[in-house]
Amino acid sequence: MMAEYSALSLLANALKGNKDWKPAWRKPDPKASYDVIIIGGGGHGLSTAYYLAKEHGITNVAVLEKGWLGSGNVGRNTTAVRSNYLLPANTRFYEHSMKLWENLSHDLNYNVMFSQRGCLNLAHTPAQFDDYARRGNAMRHLGVDAELMTTAQIKRLIPALDVSDSARFPVVGGLMQRRAGTARHDAVAWGYARGADRRGVDIIENCEVTGFLRDGDRITGVTTSRGDIRAKKVAVSVAGSTGRVMRLAGIETMPIESHVLQAFVTESLKPFIDTVVTFGMGHFYLSQSDKGGLVYGGDIDGYNSYAQRGNLPVVDEVMSEMLALFPGLARVRMLRSWGGVCDMSMDGSPIITTGPLPGMYLNCGWCYGGFKATPASGWCFAWTIAKDEPHDLNASFTLDRFHRGLVIDDKGQGATPRLH
Amino acid sequence: MKILTCPMNGPRNIDEFQSFGPVRAEPDPDRTADADWSRHLFRAENRKGIVVEWWRHVPSNYFFLAERDLVTNEVLRTFDASERWAHP
Repeated sequence: MMAEYSALSLLANALKGNKDWKPAWRKPDPKASYDVIIIGGGGHGLSTAYYLAKEHGITNVAVLEKGWLGSGNVGRNTTAVRSNYLLPANTRFYEHSMKLWENLSHDLNYNVMFSQRGCLNLAHTPAQFDDYARRGNAMRHLGVDAELMTTAQIKRLIPALDVSDSARFPVVGGLMQRRAGTARHDAVAWGYARGADRRGVDIIENCEVTGFLRDGDRITGVTTSRGDIRAKKVAVSVAGSTGRVMRLAGIETMPIESHVLQAFVTESLKPFIDTVVTFGMGHFYLSQSDKGGLVYGGDIDGYNSYAQRGNLPVVDEVMSEMLALFPGLARVRMLRSWGGVCDMSMDGSPIITTGPLPGMYLNCGWCYGGFKATPASGWCFAWTIAKDEPHDLNASFTLDRFHRGLVIDDKGQGATPRLH
Repeated sequence: MKILTCPMNGPRNIDEFQSFGPVRAEPDPDRTADADWSRHLFRAENRKGIVVEWWRHVPSNYFFLAERDLVTNEVLRTFDASERWAHP
């Protein structure tokens, strides 16, 4: 089969005036029933649909999205992709994601602009540097690339970074993952959507789930703003709205709180930095998009919120952190800022599981790190839905781990969602 | 949310405050079942709407309550905890 997008198809369509391109996905009306319904047309829902069709041959699938495709957090993140975790459950899962990322453009026949430009965590104290050595060793032990960098090496890599002794928090070294990087987030949503659509999945936009159809305890479908739809299996993939959707199914509490995370982009600059860099004395990360804008962000706002916009103290803090690292950016103008609502889980790790009700499957709790997980999340969730049991890679990401003392707390913060 | 009115210190910059999350009833740890205790520790109602929360005015280390709409970030009122629980 000739790839739908290729140099040849580009040329052929150019010669014909670009009139013959097919829409990347259809706009079907919902059918009365499906084998699987996925609630949520974000990155994770779409990748779940794609892998259900591709890996498990399940194509009688609907993805229900209450807004338009890609309107939620898949289009609101800062696009970083990395697998530099400490705990084995997280490292293995995110490394699987990294491997899927490395072949994603080819797999989808859609350029997701995955750029392995590296991700550098800066250390500002000898103790922090030791801690990074420990994490780097834990990563290498599981076959993930990691290397410690000296201040002199960092200065050569990022000339604009203030590594002087007079910096507010002098840099003493860093932990680099070279295979980490960035990807074009909208292309990820569109690429998965087209891949799923071409395999027969119905992507239904502007279709809000308003309740669940039940037969006793069992979930047998959903009620929506476009009518009732029945399904053998209903998968919930609505990070940011998990509590609200689960309440529709009668589940009143979840190990999740909703918080808002802000992100920022500056006007376009000439090539300035060719890696992702994170600050170690606060919460700050920065990279440069292919368009030239600096894309950066910091911590969540510090209180529970369902508002898709942020507060001023965090803006102030993020700018201060940026200038502590890059004093030369003081006069660069910020172009836009925005916010997204995150599922902050009780241990900072996600949930991909069967249940909690019969006929239901749950994917949530991504905190503010869900974008890099998009391929593995969908891959594992599709496996869990198809086989009614988790894959080894997501077997630890259960809903009942909190009650059983099996939390996966990479930062060691305890059960306080806003601190993860 | 740029200014929060502290019941003790009056209107102050939001920078001076720290959120401690929605008020939750704590079960008696000596009498409650393990399952209920872990539910208390690890589960949240996470309501989308108006909630009553703990806040602290950091410079004076004063804890108080605020009623806030989590969708609009509008603070409806702030009040001393004694309004909700009488001092023993």
